Amino acid sequence: MRMHIPDGFLDAKTAIASGVFSAAGLGTALRHTRRHLHSREIPLIGLTAAFIFVAQMLNFPVAGGTSGHLIGATLAVVLLGPSVAVIVMSSVLIIQALIFADVGLFELGANIFNMALVAPLCSFIVYRIIRKIFQDNRGQLFAASVASWCATIIAAVVCAGELVWSGTAQWNVVFPAMVGIHAFIGIGEALITMLVLAAIGNTRPELLEDKSRSNSGKEQKAVLLYGILIILGLLIFVVPFASKLPDGLERVAKTFGFENKAIENQSFSAPLKNYRFYGFELSETSSILAGIIGAGSVFVFLFVLSRVIVPKSKNGMNSKTPPL
Amino acid sequence: MDHSMRHDFLDRFSRLDSPIHRLPSALKLSFAFALILLVILVPIHVWWVSGILIVLLLIFFVSSKIPWRFVAARLLFLEPFVLGVAVMALFQHDGLTIFLRIVIKSSLCLLTMILLSNTTPFTEILSFIRRIGIPALLVTILALTYRYLFVLIDEAARFRRARNSRTFSSHRTKVWMSLASIIGQLFIRSTERSERIYSAMISRGWK
Repeated sequence: MRMHIPDGFLDAKTAIASGVFSAAGLGTALRHTRRHLHSREIPLIGLTAAFIFVAQMLNFPVAGGTSGHLIGATLAVVLLGPSVAVIVMSSVLIIQALIFADVGLFELGANIFNMALVAPLCSFIVYRIIRKIFQDNRGQLFAASVASWCATIIAAVVCAGELVWSGTAQWNVVFPAMVGIHAFIGIGEALITMLVLAAIGNTRPELLEDKSRSNSGKEQKAVLLYGILIILGLLIFVVPFASKLPDGLERVAKTFGFENKAIENQSFSAPLKNYRFYGFELSETSSILAGIIGAGSVFVFLFVLSRVIVPKSKNGMNSKTPPL
Repeated sequence: MDHSMRHDFLDRFSRLDSPIHRLPSALKLSFAFALILLVILVPIHVWWVSGILIVLLLIFFVSSKIPWRFVAARLLFLEPFVLGVAVMALFQHDGLTIFLRIVIKSSLCLLTMILLSNTTPFTEILSFIRRIGIPALLVTILALTYRYLFVLIDEAARFRRARNSRTFSSHRTKVWMSLASIIGQLFIRSTERSERIYSAMISRGWK
């Protein structure tokens, strides 16, 4: 399962709302690029989009014959800054929609919102916060990997919200399924992002220097705008369902006016309440606790791994990289 | 494995010659989008609309001379993505109906897009979206992405071939490390290539 939403899954209101948000976000990124970046960067943006597209086609073997691949939002943010990452990820999705057909054309707005706005901005914020604490280049790998894990999950949550708002599926099924699966997909994304950054750092460490263009005051304005768009999106797509987490079903039923049908069919819907999705019942507190423990162990794992991948001796010369 | 890395699988038949290929691209694009809108907005149980859409798509498919094997293979390749998301619709009241509705709608849209992308060269799609007001900067970036997509796919295929002919281990950790270094090298070469492209663009008068 991936986060790509094909055509036919969202209704008109969700597609149009997310389309408006994505158009505003992509417009902001383009305006920022036109005003503040040298025209030399334009071929680089196009080539990076092609690079992400190709990187997404390389399959990493996971257990049991399955495989996963890079999504690349965080990689783009770390290498080129948030605004360029928004353009790069949008271009990848547009080309996938127009010639590859695995991204819905009508759902393009929603897909751009999830993977080209929410994912890069979330990565950028997490990356910057962790980068302030861990300033050496191993800290950079750690920050990038945690950022990609968080971005994957948050994008999945927004995607779940869009599916629920369209009446395609129900929150108490989609939310645990999407978060559960993407917690693992996110670990893969974090590992690949970390390994790729380490590989780039081995040959061309200067490409990993936190670029001045990412911390310029000009970019702050664009980032603030993306933030506002994403908060608006979350308010519409996610909060109405999440705020009543245990009663997601009732909420959805009310929204779509089939609550009476749901009551008639109590015997069918009851087993799904309170996250009995994986065969055992989770109360709200215990699922939050499980979430915290899970996230904590992922952070520790990624932290240890970032120390293992870059041995300390290689750390000497570049250790005073200034924070982003 | 390397055979799947050939780059012409993307829009292999977009430059064929057929009545459909000769139609103006603006017409094809607007028509495809209208078709997708219809599929999504008209409830599936309005059978005559769905029927007309399916007949129309079949007419286009037959007159476009695209081999049916290719279209079937593309559909089969993309269908798991549809089913993967659609399966979550099953867990609700009347889930099976919603599931079937989504799968049918999605497949019709997929078919439309496969036919569109294989009857219309991407450059014509780009000039159309430029005309309807998509910013020139985005269109330039999309054109560059599309142009160098094939170059990078070939480059990645060469990396893989080189790795496969030198490594004999299928240990998962090693595979991950080498794939990561392939991706890293791909990025480094992309940045270097982009500098050369910029010089070439400048020397040909691009502002």
